[in-house]
Amino acid sequence: MLLIRCPYCEEERPEVEFSYAGEAHIARPADPSQLNDEQWAEYLFIRTNARGIHYERWCHRHGCARYFNAVRDTVTDKLQMTYKAGEPKPDAIGPSGGDK
Amino acid sequence: MGTGRNTTIIRSNYLYDESARIYDHALDLWDGLSQELNYNVMYSKRGVMMLAHNVHDMQSFHRHIHANRLNGVDNQWLTPEEAKAYCPPLSISKNARYPVMGAALQKKGGVARHDSVAWGYARAAAALGVDIIQNCAVTGIKRAADGAVEGIETERGFIATPKVGVSAAGNSSVLMEMAGLRFPLESYPLQALVSEPVKPVFPCVVMSNTVHAYISQSDKGELVIGAGTDQYVSYSQHGALHIIEHTLASICEIFPLFKRMRMLRSWGGVVDVTPDRSPILGKTPVPGLYVNCGWGTGGFKATPGAGHLLAHTIAKDEPHKINAPFTLDRFRTGRLIDEAAAAAVAH
Ligand SMILES: Cc1cc2nc3c(=O)[nH]c(=O)nc-3n(C[C@H](O)[C@H](O)[C@H](O)COP(=O)(O)OP(=O)(O)OC[C@H]3O[C@@H](n4cnc5c(N)ncnc54)[C@H](O)[C@@H]3O)c2cc1C
Ligand SMILES: [Zn+2]
Repeated sequence: MLLIRCPYCEEERPEVEFSYAGEAHIARPADPSQLNDEQWAEYLFIRTNARGIHYERWCHRHGCARYFNAVRDTVTDKLQMTYKAGEPKPDAIGPSGGDK
Repeated sequence: MGTGRNTTIIRSNYLYDESARIYDHALDLWDGLSQELNYNVMYSKRGVMMLAHNVHDMQSFHRHIHANRLNGVDNQWLTPEEAKAYCPPLSISKNARYPVMGAALQKKGGVARHDSVAWGYARAAAALGVDIIQNCAVTGIKRAADGAVEGIETERGFIATPKVGVSAAGNSSVLMEMAGLRFPLESYPLQALVSEPVKPVFPCVVMSNTVHAYISQSDKGELVIGAGTDQYVSYSQHGALHIIEHTLASICEIFPLFKRMRMLRSWGGVVDVTPDRSPILGKTPVPGLYVNCGWGTGGFKATPGAGHLLAHTIAKDEPHKINAPFTLDRFRTGRLIDEAAAAAVAH
């Protein structure tokens, strides 16, 4: 089970308190009616699914109930950092290390 | 990887016409597979029973049964007593927290031995002159100036070829990325576990989407148990213990007699999940590159069908009519095959 640090509660809590909410930093189109089908598909369905460093959203469902972002290596499942929603995308710490 | 390590459930009672055709095509092929491969894959049509625990289950299962019958797919409704007669270990106590209100039974469904399927196919393919290079990862897909496939880079050198078929399950995104393609896939851990072996006690496969677990007994005597994926994207090939606890709590709820069984081992694989929970099987935007992916939690049952359809698509450079709807393009057109909404959980 992952141990996840909620950036709002400033506490490390077990994964069962959280729910995963998919890839982070996918911005809702500013002007939806201008999008063609290709761009809708990209927004709705296409995902990075990174093998290595992954930017993702979590919700502290059974805590403060707020959404935040995390950087995690999907090969080792090691969480590098978490940060508040709306904060800029940080650089990952070094190479993913496990991408074999 | 998935094929060698799964819970081997085979069934074809999916809701939509496209799914019924592709899964039932596979089911038909399982029938003669041992003879065709000259290798006993131990396909056992012991029946797959899906339990209904509430009014919603009953309604949606009836809808499935009617849809299946219209498509010529075997599926029937059982009362709780009939379900108990088919699977004596089942508790149909009215006092259960989630009482069994009936079940949908696909008698032609069942299990096969996963290792035998992999070995049987490998041996039969080798006999036909196919070179199987083990423990050798593909590291790149080389494309010519016009975009078409020229060959693949591997850990042991370059292989020139105008046609490449990718069947990489949980790693499909990684392979597609090598050709510059982004896919509607996410890879999740899916765990399963087996108990210590016991004498035959469990005659069929039982799935409960509502209480959330499924179970069968292997020919070695182990109870084979599984449920849903972990919640986050991962390539780590293992998941969290609380998922297993949840799965076993569900099993004990439906089968109180297994409360004292000891579990022997658990494992996790990586499954590639599409937004509509249906596979992508066909051509890609890159000429010469073909893909068979997105089977998610339930592609073992499709093995013979997927193999045949991918081979057909590669040989003819166009899909067979059975896999024609399973395009990548459906995510652009919106013509989804939404088994996710139809089933809600693991296949
Ligand atoms: C725990 C678990 C239980 C399951 N239970 C069921 C079930 O009951 N019923 C069911 O129908 N399905 C089930 N599934 C799903 C099923 O196992 C898969 O859908 C199916 O095995 C996929 O088959 P495949 O041939 O497409 O891929 P796989 O059999 O997974 O083969 C993909 C291969 O690609 C290789 N590969 C990956 N990357 C590279 C690379 N870069 N270079 C070269 N090779 C590479 C891998 O090593 C692997 O051998 C389960 C899966 C899991 C994990
Ligand atoms: Zn919090």
